[in-house]
Amino acid sequence: MLTLHCPYCGIQADETELAAGGEAHLKRYGPGSSDDEFETYLFMRENKKGVHLERWRHAYGCGKWFLAARDTATLEVYGTYAAQTSEPPVEVKAAIRAKHPGWTWKEQA
Amino acid sequence: MKRYSVFAVAREGLRYHTGWERAWRSPTPKKKYDAIIVGAGGHGLATAYYLGKNHGITNVAIIEKGWLGGGNTGRNTTIIRSNYLQDPSAAIYDKALKLYENLSQDLNYNVMFSPRGLIMLAQTHHEVRGYQRTVMANQLQGVATEWVTPQQLKEIVPILNIDGPRYPVLGGLYQKRGGTARHDAVAWGYARACSAMGMDVIQQCEVTGVRRDGNKVIGVSTTKGDIDCDKLGMVVAGHTSVLAEMAGFRLPIESVALQALVSEPIKPCMDVVVMANTVHGYMSQSDKGEMVIGGGTDSFNNYTQRGSFHHIEETVRALVETFPIISRLKMLRQWGGIVDMTGDRSPIISKTPVDGIFVNCGWGTGGFKAIPGSGWAMAELMAKGHSPLAEEFHMYRFREGKFIDESVAAGVAH
Amino acid sequence: MSTRLQNAGRLIDRSKPVEFSFNGKRLRGYQGDTLASALLANDQMMIGRSFKYHRPRGVVASGAEEPNGLVNMGQGGYFEPNQRVTTQEVFDGLTATSQNHWPSLEFDIGAVNQLFARFLPAGFYYKMFIHPRPFWKHVYEPFIRQSAGLGKVPQERDADTYEHFYHFCDVLVVGGGIAGLAAALKAAKSGKSVTLIEQTADWGGRAVVDGVQIDGQSAADWVAATLATLGKMANVTIRSRTMAAGVYDHGYVLAYERLTDHISDKSGVRHRLWRIRAGHVVAATGAIERPLSFAGNDIPGVLLAAAVRDYVVNFGVSVGDRTVVVTNNDDAYRTALALKEAGLAVPAIIDVRPSGAGPIGQVAERAGIRVLKGKAIAKVKGKTRVTGVQVCLQAGEGSVLEEIACDCVAMSGGWSPVVHLWSHCGGKLTWDDDQAMFRPDAARGPTGADGKVFVTAVGSANGHLGTAAILRDAGLDATTNEVAEAAIEPVWMMPQGAGPKLRMKAWLDYQNDVKVSDVQLAAREGYESVEHTKRYTTLGMATDQGKLSNINGLAILSQALDAPIPAVGTTTFRPPYTPISMGAIGGAARDAIFQPLRRTPMHDLHEANGVDWEPVGHWRRGYAYPRAGEKVHDAVNREILNVRENVGLLDASTLGKIIVKGPDAGRFLDMLYTNLMSTLPVGKCRYGLMCTENGFLSDDGVVVRLADDTWLCHTTTGGADRIHGWMEDWLQTEWYDWQVYTANVTEQYAQVVVAGPKARQLLQSFGGDLDLSKDAFPFMTYVEGKLGEFDARIYRISFSGELSYEVAVPASQGAAFWQALLANGQAFGVMPYGTEAMHIMRAEKGFIMIGDETDGTVIPQDLNLGWAISKKKADYLGKRAQERSHMTDPKRWKLVGLETLDGSVIPDGSHAPAAGTNANGQRNTQGRVTSTYYSPTLKRGIAMALVLNGLDRMGQEIEFQNDKGGLIKARIVDPVFYDKDGAKQNV
Repeated sequence: MLTLHCPYCGIQADETELAAGGEAHLKRYGPGSSDDEFETYLFMRENKKGVHLERWRHAYGCGKWFLAARDTATLEVYGTYAAQTSEPPVEVKAAIRAKHPGWTWKEQA
Repeated sequence: MKRYSVFAVAREGLRYHTGWERAWRSPTPKKKYDAIIVGAGGHGLATAYYLGKNHGITNVAIIEKGWLGGGNTGRNTTIIRSNYLQDPSAAIYDKALKLYENLSQDLNYNVMFSPRGLIMLAQTHHEVRGYQRTVMANQLQGVATEWVTPQQLKEIVPILNIDGPRYPVLGGLYQKRGGTARHDAVAWGYARACSAMGMDVIQQCEVTGVRRDGNKVIGVSTTKGDIDCDKLGMVVAGHTSVLAEMAGFRLPIESVALQALVSEPIKPCMDVVVMANTVHGYMSQSDKGEMVIGGGTDSFNNYTQRGSFHHIEETVRALVETFPIISRLKMLRQWGGIVDMTGDRSPIISKTPVDGIFVNCGWGTGGFKAIPGSGWAMAELMAKGHSPLAEEFHMYRFREGKFIDESVAAGVAH
Repeated sequence: MSTRLQNAGRLIDRSKPVEFSFNGKRLRGYQGDTLASALLANDQMMIGRSFKYHRPRGVVASGAEEPNGLVNMGQGGYFEPNQRVTTQEVFDGLTATSQNHWPSLEFDIGAVNQLFARFLPAGFYYKMFIHPRPFWKHVYEPFIRQSAGLGKVPQERDADTYEHFYHFCDVLVVGGGIAGLAAALKAAKSGKSVTLIEQTADWGGRAVVDGVQIDGQSAADWVAATLATLGKMANVTIRSRTMAAGVYDHGYVLAYERLTDHISDKSGVRHRLWRIRAGHVVAATGAIERPLSFAGNDIPGVLLAAAVRDYVVNFGVSVGDRTVVVTNNDDAYRTALALKEAGLAVPAIIDVRPSGAGPIGQVAERAGIRVLKGKAIAKVKGKTRVTGVQVCLQAGEGSVLEEIACDCVAMSGGWSPVVHLWSHCGGKLTWDDDQAMFRPDAARGPTGADGKVFVTAVGSANGHLGTAAILRDAGLDATTNEVAEAAIEPVWMMPQGAGPKLRMKAWLDYQNDVKVSDVQLAAREGYESVEHTKRYTTLGMATDQGKLSNINGLAILSQALDAPIPAVGTTTFRPPYTPISMGAIGGAARDAIFQPLRRTPMHDLHEANGVDWEPVGHWRRGYAYPRAGEKVHDAVNREILNVRENVGLLDASTLGKIIVKGPDAGRFLDMLYTNLMSTLPVGKCRYGLMCTENGFLSDDGVVVRLADDTWLCHTTTGGADRIHGWMEDWLQTEWYDWQVYTANVTEQYAQVVVAGPKARQLLQSFGGDLDLSKDAFPFMTYVEGKLGEFDARIYRISFSGELSYEVAVPASQGAAFWQALLANGQAFGVMPYGTEAMHIMRAEKGFIMIGDETDGTVIPQDLNLGWAISKKKADYLGKRAQERSHMTDPKRWKLVGLETLDGSVIPDGSHAPAAGTNANGQRNTQGRVTSTYYSPTLKRGIAMALVLNGLDRMGQEIEFQNDKGGLIKARIVDPVFYDKDGAKQNV
């Protein structure tokens, strides 16, 4: 039974208020993209055992989508942040690296 | 392998069972095998078994990071059925069912296959149409299923409440050949048979890397050293992504927790498996008398084998509504497993981007019932490079848009 | 025999006798008794039969760990199987019967299994019953099922009610013993909000029974004072009879409060499930005494030593007149002394330790008790109750040195901390060699959302067995009257060299009949993992979940494998700690309030009108409105013909209504829908399709442009929330720079379809300021204004093919509007119609229905909806997916109409077989019906179907399955069966 901090409401929201939305920071590929690109966008998932950047909606709260850095092996939450970003903010990365030294994500050190 | 029989048990009984041999050996790994199967769950062991039995390939190791049968094989609700809608699904699940029917004799190990029948309740008009469609499809697939009325259901399952105030039962999809089996025994029976064929079941051995020569697999690195192989089968439900990453490719799957629970045992009161999909719950009674209950999955990625309690709550509530008498039973134990879900919720049995590596995963919540069929198809694919049963389940179907979608209930609307 | 003593019994109230029955016998107990103590007070030693061999069994323990004492309890709607007598408080009128025997507890046919016990070892069923094949299902399995199963099946609906509580606290302290009390006090004094729960009705735990002194006070006084202090603090919540059932991730704890189980008055809520979110959990859950493994340790009269002490001190009940104590530690000496003090005989203490006990040993000897050191029990004598023990050397193989007559054996194999709550969420254990126990490994506790350990085990749950150490662990430095104790000597088999005969009679798991020999057999056969052994032997899988048996079992396993105990490890601890009722888990949500019910403003009117409901999501919609004596099917046909001839009303309030507004709204809708919505003129309506990114059709509906920057999107009933969420997903996470605002206004409006040739007349009869004439209000437009007294927005759209209006009024006016329509409509022959009539009429018109023509695998192109897919747009959701090879395959089945040649109705779900079979031997197919109905308008069966090359086969015959295993001939036709030119809807 997870709790996640909703960055919009500022409250610690219970899992039953939230809807999970899968892997975050996916780049959408539309018409004109290659089969590889499209397949990667729609189906291929990191599915990491460990740090997972993911989407959540505070569905039975403010209704806003936000992103979370969560560990799928321990369920630790390293931080939640706005959905309108292309990568986690520095403080979230720092929190991740405190537990996973040297952690990198999508070629970004 | 000493055969099991009532006579063997009687003979051993007279000497305090001191003469039983090990069900399987615990060997140290050889340097090289023709084929390595990673994952000694039901699917992995069945794959190895049919590699040997059907294709004569017995220089095989089955590598397991924990204890054999300790993953989803030992955590599921043991339901067996083949009343699937889509042709490829019906084919492989019905193959599995047919193999289950003779598995105890085939393995000389009683897996307690119990064809007690399985019913899926229809509680909306939409569901009625969906299941009637399945009955029709099954007819052409050679899978015997039938539609039963609420009154017939009440006779088959007296504890069923057919006139609930919210979702009265409108009928059901009945597969008489469906049922249950003893999950652990399936893994143990296969392991014993594999071991008897000379295969090595290597437990407590975790794969830490997949070794390649160019685009060809040459072996694995493990906590018990490097082991070479010509062919590698990955059959590690839940952890497939982790292994695929070692081999350098990705899969269209996500791992989520699925939970189940049992009640305290009571005397027999239900001789059939019932699934109530509108309200999200299913239930059967084990030979020990426990009501075995399952429901929906969590929606977030999870590798902890623990789920969220509100799913248990919803499942129990649904089943109390469906079977009011269970309100006065008690939940004895709940547990979770990690299932891998694909983009269309159907499995993957496929070649991969790496030569010599084959993958069998994505069984989601329905893997146990498929074990023999899955192993049969995977073995054929690994041995021959082609299997009619596995044909449609390749991992490239998503880029083609060629889904195998069993969820006909999608998009209920008026 | 077991009996009630004259004195003693700190928990019972002798002034309040109660009467209860067991197997029909009327018995007396006192308020404060457990059912176990009350039964023992009446010399009811045998309480049930075991699972496999049907051996006679009595109570072993005095608490939640009891494996044997399970009964059927209550009657009718209050009946419940498998109630544990040691945790069930007795009350006036309680009825209980014993379980798992036939015909009676005393004479049980199933006990014949005992004779074959040597042929029924662990896992015997895996090796037998293999041949002949049908016998498993028809002979063996039914027999096994009948002889297993414990309690009886409840026959009646649960008469009790249940409820859920939400609760939040900084610190949750579980356990009302001295450790829990001390920990709660410490946390409370620091100002935190503290909740303290205790599973029994009583506080103080073992300390009170054992009479320890804390800071010069008796434990009882200390407990009372501490409880009083806590009770006065505003930041402390206290509950007894409340068990922490499970600890879940991120500090979620499930607690189970039993409110009426202990009283005769069952009128209130029975169980309350607490869903607690705790900042920190303190597990002060104590420890459980272990049995010793000797032959005959399951015979009624063999109990845990501390349980024997509990029955004397707490309930004034002596289990036997002559009790032999057998132990490997000092604690059991307390039992011997307590029995002596109560005036009972203790012929001997059998202590496996050659050097015996610490100072308490001398106390015992001074009290005149014989202490036999280095000795063991070779075998307990007796059948349905203990008659004596045979004494042997622990170091030997069981040669009998002497026999001691006795009627009770009090055994102690040491103590195991209750680590369940620590372990539920991943806390790890460490093996403590000195104390022979697994205890929490503080360095590897369960971690929460912040990555920090959120459970602390304190007191004996943390492996501290001395009073001072327990209190210190809980944060209180206190002086006590303890004396030093000699070390425990781990003993897993008694005597250590016991042969197979003795091992076959030494029970580990009482309820499931697992013996030492079974675990050894499992190990021998290669079931080496502790999980394998558990599953092969069923050790620890009974309703006590191995509270007594697990540690002993894995110790035997470790010896058999020649591996140290920590290397063997434990099985996983899973919730709940003890079983909790399904009723409590379900809570109040039963029957009519099983799920939330969404009601349209006209819901009650439909109900009063005798509607036949159909559940649609959480809504209910009228399937049809049968009249008195009319069949539903006939009502549907009547409703259809009335719409075609007069006018009908459909409550369409459940349809999703989403406002999309803003400078970029048009651009956004162009991405969402397959067709262009940005070009829709203000005042007009347009039918639109939405696809998933996978290209599959997901929803449809009419879009209305209300203003330059405002659109109203109608969705299906099931789609409202889903599509609104879908819109927000894209707006918030992908196109967040687009200026668009959405609002789901589904419930703000009541919406009624007024359809039929007389629809216009009916609406005009309301009067008002709207011109509803054909020219002023053409098809696919809307008007807004007063319809009589109602504030109406009217869309001229048609799903039935008739002249049709959808009228939206504010939800508050919905009921009055519906009534006014019925009243005004009398002159026009108005009738309400339901969803089935709506379904059939749209099928007559060839309109698709999401969920019928679509099933999550269908793309718009399959349904010949190409006209609704814009060719001008570079992109829309689903477009890229629809370019994939399988989506553009010319072999995809296409939507067509079907007319049966004989006019009959094709059954639902029917497929069209094709010649031959596929590689898996399945019959090939070339189509399937998606909708099939009897059309009362056309007086024949019609259907829509997806058919291979369907569009090229117009006019051809094709065969579909009928419902009798045969085939039915149909002609492939245009799916628009009724009014192809639209003359009826455009009047």
